[in-house]
Amino acid sequence: MAPRTIAGKTVDFNDEGFMTNPDEWDKDIAVEIAKEEGILELTPAHWKIIDFCRQSAVETGKAPTLRAITTGANVTTKDLFTLFPKGPAKKVAKVSGLGKPEGCV
Amino acid sequence: MKTFLVLGAGTAGTMIARKMAHKLDSHDWKVILVDRDEQHYYQPGFLFVPFGWYKPEQVIQPKRKFVPSNVEFIISDIELIEPDKNRVTLMKNKQVINYDYMVVATGADIHPEQTEGLKDGGWRQNIFDFYTYDGAAALAKFLNTWQGGRMVVNVVENPIKCPVAPLEFLFLADWYFSKRGMRNKVELVYATPLSGAFTKPRASTALGELLTRKNIQIEPDFMVGEVDSGKNVIRSYDEREIPYDLLVSVPTNMGAEVIGRSGMGDELNFVPTDKFSLQSKKWQNIFVMGDANNIPASKAGAVIHFQMDLVAENILAHMTGKEMPGKFDGHALCYIESGFSKAILIDFCYDVEPLTGTYPLPAVGPFSLLRESTINHWGKLAFRHMYWNLMLKGIEVPLPSHFSMLGKNN
Repeated sequence: MAPRTIAGKTVDFNDEGFMTNPDEWDKDIAVEIAKEEGILELTPAHWKIIDFCRQSAVETGKAPTLRAITTGANVTTKDLFTLFPKGPAKKVAKVSGLGKPEGCV
Repeated sequence: MKTFLVLGAGTAGTMIARKMAHKLDSHDWKVILVDRDEQHYYQPGFLFVPFGWYKPEQVIQPKRKFVPSNVEFIISDIELIEPDKNRVTLMKNKQVINYDYMVVATGADIHPEQTEGLKDGGWRQNIFDFYTYDGAAALAKFLNTWQGGRMVVNVVENPIKCPVAPLEFLFLADWYFSKRGMRNKVELVYATPLSGAFTKPRASTALGELLTRKNIQIEPDFMVGEVDSGKNVIRSYDEREIPYDLLVSVPTNMGAEVIGRSGMGDELNFVPTDKFSLQSKKWQNIFVMGDANNIPASKAGAVIHFQMDLVAENILAHMTGKEMPGKFDGHALCYIESGFSKAILIDFCYDVEPLTGTYPLPAVGPFSLLRESTINHWGKLAFRHMYWNLMLKGIEVPLPSHFSMLGKNN
């Protein structure tokens, strides 16, 4: 675990690049993490997914899996891959300040 | 008379029914076990079937053999579970069972129909699974006469039962084709939605190196969107294509359909369950064991063994209004068969990933962790005997429930 400065704030990340405390997250941080992940601009379509993931995490205490996102946010897997290329569930979790989705145990 | 109902007579259901029938006073409690299938499958054995190792009777036995006489055993499909009414309706004769406590152990199954094209023309022609006995046996027949080509093993999505099984399948395939003198005619490819060979970093590195050493290519972050059995390619959502001559698919795993029908499951029909107590998150008199729950632990037989005692303790405590003492730590212990009479052992839990070191076991061990050895291979094979003759018959297996750092390097 190592803190680093992002969007002017000091935030903790784990070895795999996921934030360790979702409460430290804000929208400016999301924009910066997205850039690091190669997503230059967060559009309303991105935010719809991010909002869903944040809300889902509040209810379940964990980042949603890919299937939970497609079912819950009413988005096709194809579109999700366009919005968050290569491993969308992990990428959205990172951008949303959540831990690694637990689909992968 | 009160009713303790167990749904599913697989590994978890059979073991907990026996345990509870033993612990509960038979003057007050009746234990009922329901399953739709007469046969009990030793699922870890399916891995070896394609390579001609096991005969059917080594992996399939009648369920009744493992159900003690103080448990009422009913063979029937389940029509509906109504947890708010403490009631289950069976398909057979529309029998209604009102329960006081229930354990849901309805397992997980593969769902190839969830992937576009997977069940089209090529299914059981040059596309197989090895997560069902039928699939594994059909693949054995195919491999027996196969002349070689490109074999692609593809995991569709996680979670799957036994996350290491696809790797073991590849290691065994490498050994099998070498033994038949045709390894140079076979290309082995592993297409996985994960970013590496395994989910946890250190094991992923070690297993990734083993793949490389065995000349098995890995295509990571591959999320299959479509199987094109006309062209014999699998296509990912990000438009990558992998051609195959033989596709061995690990299709989407889902919980039982009755869980979905009864409104008890998540998007994959797994029941939301407290990961420490194994109690349903919604209904206090329901506990969910084995593959049926959604806890972030491996779906594997050893995990069930580690859950068994503490779930029984929790149920008994809950019945008398006491605090539940059992806290499951996510403990998993897996032998990873790596071919050529060797295997790797990994031992981990919610908080600690698989590490190197040794796993002490009095009289037999120590086994080496995260490293290939012959003794690990014998451990893996011995497990089948232990399963049929000890675990399912309620005889103590000498593996402690809780994860321990003893012998591990960190």
